[in-house]
Amino acid sequence: MKNGVKDELRVLLSKYGPFFILLAMLIILSIISPYFFTVLNLTTILIQTAVVAIIAIGQTLVIITGGIDLSVGSYLCLSAIIAGLMMTSGLPLALSLILALVFGSFLGFINGFIVTKMKVPPFIATLGTMGMARGTALVITGGLPVSRLPEALAWFGRGTILGMPVPPIIFVVTALFFSWVLISTRLGRYIYAIGSNREATKLSGINTDKYLLIVYVIAGFLSAVAGIVLIGRLGSAHPTAGIGYELNTIAAAVIGGTSLSGGIGKISGTIIGALIMGVLNNGFTLLGVSSFYQQIAIGAVVVLAVFADVLQQGKVKQ
Amino acid sequence: MEYRLSMNKINKTFPGVQALSNVKLDLVPGEVHVLLGENGAGKSTLMKILAGVYPPDQGEILINGQKVVINNTGDAASLGISMIYQELNLIPDLTVVENIFINRELIQGWPGRYNWKEMNRQAGEILADLNLAIDPGNYIRDLSVAQQQMVEIVRSISSNSKIIIMDEPTAALAEQEITELFKQIKLLKEKTVSIIYISHRLPEVKEIGDRVTVLRDGKYVSTEDAKRVKTEQLIKMMVGRDIKEFFPKEDTEKGSEVLRVKNLKRKGVLDDISFSLQQGEVLGFAGLMGSGRTELMRAIFGADQGVEGKIYVKGTELVIDSPETAVKNGIALLTEDRKSSGLILNFAVYQNISLATLEKYAPRGVIDQKRERKRAGELVVALKIKTPGLETVVNSLSGGNQQKVILARWLYRNAEIIILDEPTRGIDVGAKVEIYQLINQLTKQGKAVIMVSSDLPEILAMSDRIAVMYEGKLNGILSREEAGPEKIMQLATGVMTMNLTKEGSI
Repeated sequence: MKNGVKDELRVLLSKYGPFFILLAMLIILSIISPYFFTVLNLTTILIQTAVVAIIAIGQTLVIITGGIDLSVGSYLCLSAIIAGLMMTSGLPLALSLILALVFGSFLGFINGFIVTKMKVPPFIATLGTMGMARGTALVITGGLPVSRLPEALAWFGRGTILGMPVPPIIFVVTALFFSWVLISTRLGRYIYAIGSNREATKLSGINTDKYLLIVYVIAGFLSAVAGIVLIGRLGSAHPTAGIGYELNTIAAAVIGGTSLSGGIGKISGTIIGALIMGVLNNGFTLLGVSSFYQQIAIGAVVVLAVFADVLQQGKVKQ
Repeated sequence: MEYRLSMNKINKTFPGVQALSNVKLDLVPGEVHVLLGENGAGKSTLMKILAGVYPPDQGEILINGQKVVINNTGDAASLGISMIYQELNLIPDLTVVENIFINRELIQGWPGRYNWKEMNRQAGEILADLNLAIDPGNYIRDLSVAQQQMVEIVRSISSNSKIIIMDEPTAALAEQEITELFKQIKLLKEKTVSIIYISHRLPEVKEIGDRVTVLRDGKYVSTEDAKRVKTEQLIKMMVGRDIKEFFPKEDTEKGSEVLRVKNLKRKGVLDDISFSLQQGEVLGFAGLMGSGRTELMRAIFGADQGVEGKIYVKGTELVIDSPETAVKNGIALLTEDRKSSGLILNFAVYQNISLATLEKYAPRGVIDQKRERKRAGELVVALKIKTPGLETVVNSLSGGNQQKVILARWLYRNAEIIILDEPTRGIDVGAKVEIYQLINQLTKQGKAVIMVSSDLPEILAMSDRIAVMYEGKLNGILSREEAGPEKIMQLATGVMTMNLTKEGSI
């Protein structure tokens, strides 16, 4: 009986572990800092987390298929720069944005093509495109930011809908949509199947290459979405934007329980992972701790989160 | 009598399976004790316990009357027990002598140099003793499988093993090589080495064995005098029923041709293969390991690149360049290795069943999970899949039930041509019979079945015709009436070749 309770507790912890960590962090920070638990501060956290969270959703889909996408940060940057250049050259805002999204999707398609048709492992493929996209961004801007963007663009980074800031709305809607895709659609089922056993999926008559390609396109598309939110917030497009985001998004997915070996993962976990990093960042700033410590803390959280998973799986096997 | 070895009341459980329950086995000096049983009967598990690969859950092991504990393979070796696995355990890029003395090299002087001279001498002595024409300096990769097996035996002897376990040593050998092996085994007996000989080839039992112990479903059945026991008795002990009930083959109406394969080739793997398949027919594919059977099935299914030749399904020529095309044209493949290429192990039972048919349940991309589950539930009942529920993760089911899950996947899809690659490998006897019954049902419905199997009794009993492959070639097709174990083995080992007409039928 006692064992049963223990088992249930373990299942609960492993299932909602990251959620409990986030909750504990919220409670502790509320106690030690009077500024933390205010509407303004919580909104700030959501706005700051939005960009990473949006890309992390695409990253999660890629990781569930057993791949990885190192190019997300560079793709965000290049899509944002392309959007910025189109706007400053006089193209209408809406058209520029749509074209930027198409462009991001196309960049994702390149990843998918290299992975499925050229059979280059995802790590290498996206390491390559990461460098190429970053380099392209630097070449076409000469290393300088694209500024003087239209005023209206700021709505994506700083605007509100019914009093709610736009960036969190975008990421919540995106997250809900892709959660639904994973749970309820054929694409979602295939994403898990490919990540668990690509050969068996292929031998069930499923065109695995097609679905992998779609997943990389989604990741590229979401990088572009995040890019638009970012330039909306900053008011300019920097050729160095999004550096290190590939690792932040991988960390968010992994903290949220996504397995790097594929087949396992949930969008909700990734969002919680991204929020944990956002809250850490914010809390350290409020407490006046150097941002250098943040990196140590996030690194430790990644290791501990995965360790907790390993422990739990080891138990199951026994 | 002084026993060299006795194992008593050995129990071993793996997650979800009682692999051994109260099994016993004893061994006297200089005897060949055959361990007989179907796949999954527990032979290998019992031997792995003796060799220190797994610890037993319960039970005692006595060596020369002394109780011993074998915790690892090192313990087993120091007790004079060695095991020769089916997949030989030699390092191809080292020489014979290096392999024989691996991990117990002779050292001389200080601070220690290998004494190759002595090692070569000792190895040479044993090789000469066994009349083996193998140079100690040869590389393993240059030896035949039979010779490699001999090297393993030499290794066992040179480490003073008194108990040698041989796991299906003849599985990959040609006939003359088997004769040679048996000669060596007799020499070993004279040196009072005791041999535990795992096999499921019944004729070998009488030829080489002194005693035979039969296991079934992880339980001890009986120990008999190998020379006196009747083969029919052994079969009955192994399968727990008469052979007729065990293979419930029913005759069916043969319909029109559904598949024709013409001049199929894949460089270095498949050599000009042609055959045809009719509705209601079971076409068996026999052959040794590595003869190209699995590769042929994968080629028909579009799973590999670089395949040339023509494939006609119901008279229409098709270019099958991917499994997707194959499946769309009514071909199904149950792969040889259900874990690595069949199941999605962390998927629920119903998700595994529906995998190949999902577009039916998600015409616009959104899965109708109610219908999906309902249909999967019907198949679970129809195929008698033993599972706690539809949501159960398929990994936790037994091998036989996992196999039925994959079969359900293809039944769900209504495939017309069903290719089964080793459908009963590693599953228990009860599930085997159910799979045979299922094959009957399929052929009765007019579907065509190709069954690849290395289990001769199975293939003889269940096939309407038997195709035999040898080194990537189709070496002959036998009708049910003319087929027999000897004929199949002769074709499978290349001793005999049949002249096939160019259409691949006889």
